[in-house]
Amino acid sequence: MFDDDELERIRESREDWEEETLDPFLEYGERKERFATVSNHEVDRLYTPEDIEDIDYDEDLGFPGEPPYTRGAYPTMYRGRTWTMRQFAGFGTAEETNERFHYLIDEGQTGLSTAFDMPSLMGLDSDHPMSEGEVGKEGVAVDTLADMEVLFDGIDIGEVSTSFTINPSAAVIYAMYVALADEQGVPRDEVRGTLQNDMLKEFIAQKEWVIPPEPSLGIVTDTVEFAVEETPKFHPVSVSGYHIREAGSTAVQEAAFTLADGFAYVEDCLDRGMETDDFAPLLSFFFNSHNSVFEEVAKFRASRRIYSRLMEDWYGASKDESKRLKFHTQTAGQSLTAQQPMNNIVRVTLQALAGVLGGTQSLHTNSYDEALALPSEEAVRVALRTQQIIAEESGVADIVDPLGGSFAVEKLTDEMEEEILEYIHEIKEMGDGSVRDGVLKGIDDGYFLREIQDSSYEYQQRVERGEEVVVGVNEYTMEEDTSPDILQVDETTRDRQLERLERVKEERDDEEVEDCLDALSEAIESDDNVMPYIVDAVKAYATMGEIMEVFEEHHGSYQETVTAI
Amino acid sequence: MSRKEETEEERRDENDELVDRLLSGDQRALARTISKIENRSPGYRDLVSRLHEHTGNADVIGLTGAPGSGKSTLVDKMAERYREQGETVGVIAIDPSSPFTGGAVLGDRIRMASNVGDMEVFFRSMSARGTLGGLSTATTDAVRALDAFGKDRIIIETVGAGQNEVDIVRTADTVAVLVPPGSGDAIQTLKAGILEIADVFAVNKADRDGADRTVKELREMVGELSMPPAAGSGHHGHHGADETGLFSDSDDRNEDDDEDDEDWTPPVVETVAKTGEGVDGFMQEVDEHRTWLAESGELEEQARERYAAEIRTLLRQDTAALIHEEIEARGGIDEYAERVLRKETDPYAVVAELMKPVEDCVRKERQERDD
Amino acid sequence: MSTENTETEERTVRCMIAKVGLDGHDRGARVVARAFRDAGFEVIYSGLHKAPDEIVQAAVQEDVDVLGISILSGAHNTLVPKVIAGLEEYGAKEDTLVLVGGVIPEEDREDLKDEGVAAIFGPGTPIEETIEFVRENAPER
Repeated sequence: MFDDDELERIRESREDWEEETLDPFLEYGERKERFATVSNHEVDRLYTPEDIEDIDYDEDLGFPGEPPYTRGAYPTMYRGRTWTMRQFAGFGTAEETNERFHYLIDEGQTGLSTAFDMPSLMGLDSDHPMSEGEVGKEGVAVDTLADMEVLFDGIDIGEVSTSFTINPSAAVIYAMYVALADEQGVPRDEVRGTLQNDMLKEFIAQKEWVIPPEPSLGIVTDTVEFAVEETPKFHPVSVSGYHIREAGSTAVQEAAFTLADGFAYVEDCLDRGMETDDFAPLLSFFFNSHNSVFEEVAKFRASRRIYSRLMEDWYGASKDESKRLKFHTQTAGQSLTAQQPMNNIVRVTLQALAGVLGGTQSLHTNSYDEALALPSEEAVRVALRTQQIIAEESGVADIVDPLGGSFAVEKLTDEMEEEILEYIHEIKEMGDGSVRDGVLKGIDDGYFLREIQDSSYEYQQRVERGEEVVVGVNEYTMEEDTSPDILQVDETTRDRQLERLERVKEERDDEEVEDCLDALSEAIESDDNVMPYIVDAVKAYATMGEIMEVFEEHHGSYQETVTAI
Repeated sequence: MSRKEETEEERRDENDELVDRLLSGDQRALARTISKIENRSPGYRDLVSRLHEHTGNADVIGLTGAPGSGKSTLVDKMAERYREQGETVGVIAIDPSSPFTGGAVLGDRIRMASNVGDMEVFFRSMSARGTLGGLSTATTDAVRALDAFGKDRIIIETVGAGQNEVDIVRTADTVAVLVPPGSGDAIQTLKAGILEIADVFAVNKADRDGADRTVKELREMVGELSMPPAAGSGHHGHHGADETGLFSDSDDRNEDDDEDDEDWTPPVVETVAKTGEGVDGFMQEVDEHRTWLAESGELEEQARERYAAEIRTLLRQDTAALIHEEIEARGGIDEYAERVLRKETDPYAVVAELMKPVEDCVRKERQERDD
Repeated sequence: MSTENTETEERTVRCMIAKVGLDGHDRGARVVARAFRDAGFEVIYSGLHKAPDEIVQAAVQEDVDVLGISILSGAHNTLVPKVIAGLEEYGAKEDTLVLVGGVIPEEDREDLKDEGVAAIFGPGTPIEETIEFVRENAPER
């Protein structure tokens, strides 16, 4: 962005500065020998035009809303409208979560987000032996369409956009939501929302699974195909780096593995004979936002740029919509501390700020008490207010890509891009030219687990050695009573859930259920898209567990990759 | 974790009780016995001695192969099928790679998904824990404990194909080697030792590319090896842990190579342990090998050789330890080395000096015995 | 008798790091497993999504000195007592040091300790502290 003469002049004056001004100061030393981000990415003292001499403004940065989208996915960004404030909610039974939904809508939240309990996430019914002790904990229990009917009672699903954080059993929840739209008389093409449904990152990081990776990928592709045809405003996959980061990866690994997963889905869709421009606009992403503000902003910007370029170069995307990386962000749960929990409000604020400066499309801010237990109502409100203060009071939402052109941020963006690409190429190579095969191979031989585990262990050691300061944990500690007011799940939740499940099973037509499950089984056998069959099955009130079992019968259940710890 | 000082008598009482509990089917007693074996806890030899008479009823299968060849998954499927046949199973999974810190992470258990909660499958993870030489001894003793406990089938699983692993799996009656499909490299590395001791080959993950080629290459190699009389290297079915060095002079393992016309030729089978495909066929070959062993008399022959090797190993270890003790008592080996360096003595003289009391004692005892 | 006295006992602390229940958060469990290994312990890692019965079977058969249970799903009140009852059934409760790691609210801690849990390590506990605790409290056998 600077001509050679100019750069030469800057170089000279920088050298002068170092000699005359900087050096005398360095005699007093600096706080640390080495300065690095939370991902242990070393940063320099100062960045100058020399650091960005290779950047071509038009090619590498461009303008927001145009490829390569470095400066933002949309031209007006938050001046048009702010990001969607999407707080994750769900616990206990469907009634309780429904109440929380109504509360959040009244408080001004603009999108619903559903958290499911562990059994639902794993595709198990509430009456499964493994579900004991977990029903309604950490999220809402959903066994049948009847639970979804209660969950969305009094909510017009044509009016809201709902996000479902669920994976191995995502296709079942999706089918239930479609069935619910049919019941409410909402046309399918008006159904809006996002299904997490990213199975690849489950095997890499979050570890909720039922059947092995390859057939799991097959179901994801079925949902994409179904969405393209039936619910074009619904995002069937949210390719997620959040959990990869939470599992302990670096920012680079988060972005690299997530983009690789995204490309794997793209390749699987192409293998099905779909056209990039038909399905790519429906793909969305989900990232983590951690403590190192500039690193995070650089990660978001670099990811947008890589995605745009590779979607075009590798997969022939021609529509802008196919190259535009849209993403949801959640602040880093792992960064929250049980010690001095109010400090978490500040951490969340900084992380949320990074997400906004990085151009996120929607945001979940964590509650300050999450390191202790399920969030209380007050903590959820403060988290939402944090976003509102950033949006309404800070002014950061008024300028598009306000950090663009910062020597430091542009340089970090370049560095992140390079490192992310290195990983993506490595994965592609592992798959002999196919990112899809590379990801599957990496899952199979524990490559991703090892990479993440090494980073995570290294971070932990830095904390223990005191190189990484965690306020209130290894520095600035104090004696305190860490038992704030915590929401406890009513222990009768399970009984009430089991009651409903039993009632549904009594009232439904078992023969119809049986027929639907048989039809699903045949569809799996003949490689048909399974979605229409699952919709039929949920309408007959087949349970989630019953449906998932059909898949297990065909594909077996997945066993964890044993990898060197 | 200091232990209270025990008298010999207390220890014997403790062993009495432990052996009784083990023989009556107490899981915890079996587990504790193996711990004592692994730890070389005081009194463990007495413990193993008492178990010996209760052994000899189990089929012992050794399974080895490169990391990632799917051993644990295959073991899981084998155990599942044995259980379906009403047999009880013991598994010893050995990870010989232990970092210098001495710690180890043992993760093979994760794969035993089909048998969780079934106490009739006893699964035990073992690390290298120090000296590898001792590991095959510890394995043998742990197998004895499982055998005495009454397990019908005992599987020894170990990773890799180095000499140490060879020694470990040799303690089994039947040795199966798992080969992942792929480049010829896998086969090449196999040549170094493991091939000679294999009774059954399984090309696992046979649904992957390159499986056919690997099977073909293996068959060719097996064919070459069993071609008589191929320079003394074609004998399969003998797994007496052959020793080299001090006590191995009487080893007769190559003697009957040419005359044995009912030699066992290792079959090569294809398996997909993950889905269970081919596992039945694999197990059938294992059983057939077992039958062959029994019918040909090899089973006893093997056992005899194994015991001979075991006696030699223990003797060597104990004499070495005794001598070591004596050297230490006399001020350590460095002292002697220094004197040799100063030409005050020479290595032969030192050894003669140190061995003399041992030789005198042994010969005197023999003289008395002969008289 | 034999020359057994010349053989040195090789006693190592054996630990099992267990993930019980459905939650898939194994970052902490894996970090602890590796740190224990580096501290010279032998570590058996259970893998994810284990039922209490499976943990009991493994802890009994592996004869571990220490059983560290990691739970982040909030199901500790149901699952931990089941594991401990299972250990008791096989006579393993007395000499197994049971630790719990994870998000455990203050009011549940006493109950778990009454059940037989020796210590609870919440988020942010330095691993060195946990290792020290194991070294000092691993049962004598």
